[in-house]
Amino acid sequence: MLEFIVRRSITLIPILWLISIVSFVIIELPPGDWIDVRLATLRDSGIELDDEEADRLEAMYGFDLPVHERYLRWMRGIVFDFNFGWSFQWTRPVNDLLAERLPLTLLISLLSLVVSWLIAIPIGIYSATHQYSTPDYVFTFFGFLGLAIPGFLLALVMAWILFRFFGFSSSGLYDISFVGEPMSWPKFVSILQHLILPLLIIGLAGTGATIRIMRGNLLDELKRQYVVTARSKGVAELRLLFKYPVRLAMNPVLSTIGWVLPAIFSGEVLVSLVLGLQTTGPLLLRAVLAQDMFLAGSIVLILSALTVIGTLVSDILLAWLDPRIRYGGTSR
Amino acid sequence: MSLGDPAVRQSNLPGPDAPAETAVTFGGEEVDESIYYASQWQLIWWRFRRHRLAIVSVILLALIYILSMFSGFFSPYSPGQRFDQYQQAPPMRVRLFNDGRFIGPHYFGLERELDTETFRYEFVYDDSQVYPLRLFVRGEPYEFLGLFPTDIHFFGTPGEAPPPLLLFGADRLGRDIFSRTLNGGRISLSIGLIGVLLSFFLGVVLGGISGYFGGVVDEIVQRMVDFLISIPQLPLWMALSAALPRDWPVLRTYFAITIILSIVGWTSLARVVRGKLLSLREEDYALAAQAAGAGKRRIIFKHLLPGFTSHLIVSITLAVPGMILAETALSFIGLGIQPPAVSWGTLLQDAQDIVAIAHQPWQLIPAIFVIATVLLFNFIGDGLRDAADPYSEAS
Repeated sequence: MLEFIVRRSITLIPILWLISIVSFVIIELPPGDWIDVRLATLRDSGIELDDEEADRLEAMYGFDLPVHERYLRWMRGIVFDFNFGWSFQWTRPVNDLLAERLPLTLLISLLSLVVSWLIAIPIGIYSATHQYSTPDYVFTFFGFLGLAIPGFLLALVMAWILFRFFGFSSSGLYDISFVGEPMSWPKFVSILQHLILPLLIIGLAGTGATIRIMRGNLLDELKRQYVVTARSKGVAELRLLFKYPVRLAMNPVLSTIGWVLPAIFSGEVLVSLVLGLQTTGPLLLRAVLAQDMFLAGSIVLILSALTVIGTLVSDILLAWLDPRIRYGGTSR
Repeated sequence: MSLGDPAVRQSNLPGPDAPAETAVTFGGEEVDESIYYASQWQLIWWRFRRHRLAIVSVILLALIYILSMFSGFFSPYSPGQRFDQYQQAPPMRVRLFNDGRFIGPHYFGLERELDTETFRYEFVYDDSQVYPLRLFVRGEPYEFLGLFPTDIHFFGTPGEAPPPLLLFGADRLGRDIFSRTLNGGRISLSIGLIGVLLSFFLGVVLGGISGYFGGVVDEIVQRMVDFLISIPQLPLWMALSAALPRDWPVLRTYFAITIILSIVGWTSLARVVRGKLLSLREEDYALAAQAAGAGKRRIIFKHLLPGFTSHLIVSITLAVPGMILAETALSFIGLGIQPPAVSWGTLLQDAQDIVAIAHQPWQLIPAIFVIATVLLFNFIGDGLRDAADPYSEAS
């Protein structure tokens, strides 16, 4: 097991390296770097800037270095000092901004995953054991709809419905009346109320697919010999179902984390924007619009790295659950 | 956006719209001897024809595409035309009967009144002003498919500067949302097709190389696919499209966005191609061809490719909605197509906050088109998948 974890973790290194390159390309991509924009605005606002001062600013941020040295400089900062750079737009270190926003992003993303499973797995089990029944069709249909309706539209419509018919404003993390208040029970309840909608909507992106996978796998398992044997020996249906087939059918679901996580992080960006949640999503959008590229690149870097690490964790979990993977080698 | 990986969606589960009875069985009732010499495509078409939901979807989707393609003709006004006094007017009703008498389609004028309590404009029908609707009316000039200028619209109000008929209401600048929705479909619908064509090209070439040559090449391409799939698409797209200069002409932005979307889009197609090539390469007939001395190219194009073209078509159909949703999302947050160019995403920008939707819910109407298009593509893809699977009748 330990060997598996070590081996699997080593494969992470080239991927993380690629991610850092892509993020750096993103930082470098906008035509004209930020310093030009900054100098122009400073000059526009009437501040006299001589070339010497401009050069000094440029050197300070390292814009005068060649590309590969800028990359090394940025990477060195991250790896050794855990310093993601400077946000020009906020005139604050990127670290501070991330520290403010990232916890909520992580909370929402992970909870969405949990919510999506809590909904999808029972439905998948039900659909498989009641194949071609009316609820089976209804669930599949809604799963399908969940695939087709983009999360941000659903968020808009749901927010409008809640607002229109229940007078509940779902924007923000809690009700406006709690702004600046210390944490209290009513505030906590308000947070929970405001979290339900985004969690459901973000989770929905993966729910449909998870239902289908769970249903398909379980259907395959239920046809197996051992199920028939157990049934003929008189094992109770429920016990029979949960003892082996469900557990086996859940393994592939776990392995879908690899592409459910990116979907959740993507969905979170838009849904948070629409519902006014202070996560990294709106931060990224503003950074991107203002071409505050260190911030934008860092967010892309962190979100991508987190997804890859999440996939690694799911792989390890899978190996722990399923000895076939552990002993079968990692070749695929 | 996250329409799921088509590869996953192509598991052999029956689609929700494909219950057991639509699984077509040949050799039954009406099938005569023609089945023995029908081509693969004929078989697929026969099976697809029986898939009622998919057929209806094809018709509806064709309708949406035609309406958008000829949006200049079908929409009564041009997308940029502003109607003063009609800012944020609600959708107007087309009536057939006036005073219990049938007088053909017509509508009433709208009067704008200022509500002195809320200081919002309220619109009320003025049934003393009756405006008839006619077909093939002269109106705003436009270019028919960019080929020749004309001013004939499918329907409209005859007369000198009649008050507008706002089927879907008006936006905050007093522009007709109906005309804008049809016009916006041009970009939104075509970006899906062009983006998928581009991803298809990349996917087939890279997937084909990877699947056929195997070894180190395969390893490199597959790691690339793994990598691209593992990073969250939207943040990547956002960051990439931020690099596009705002002042680019529409066409250039359009193609740049298409390319950005394809950067991630090709991966799933490449997987399908590679997987299929790998499994077909081991088939006896491929070996037989090799033994008979056929060259690599001949084997790929003559023997292997036809074996999974149907599969590819399904994957492509299922990849289009993802592209459309991606464009909508990017334009919605202001990073995609830039106004004054119109796409469904830019139209939805007006519906960005809840207050706007609460007061003008009709701003969401373009969303219905987005969802409908995506669903229709999915239904068609599902129908095609069932039709293209030679074993579907066995299950």
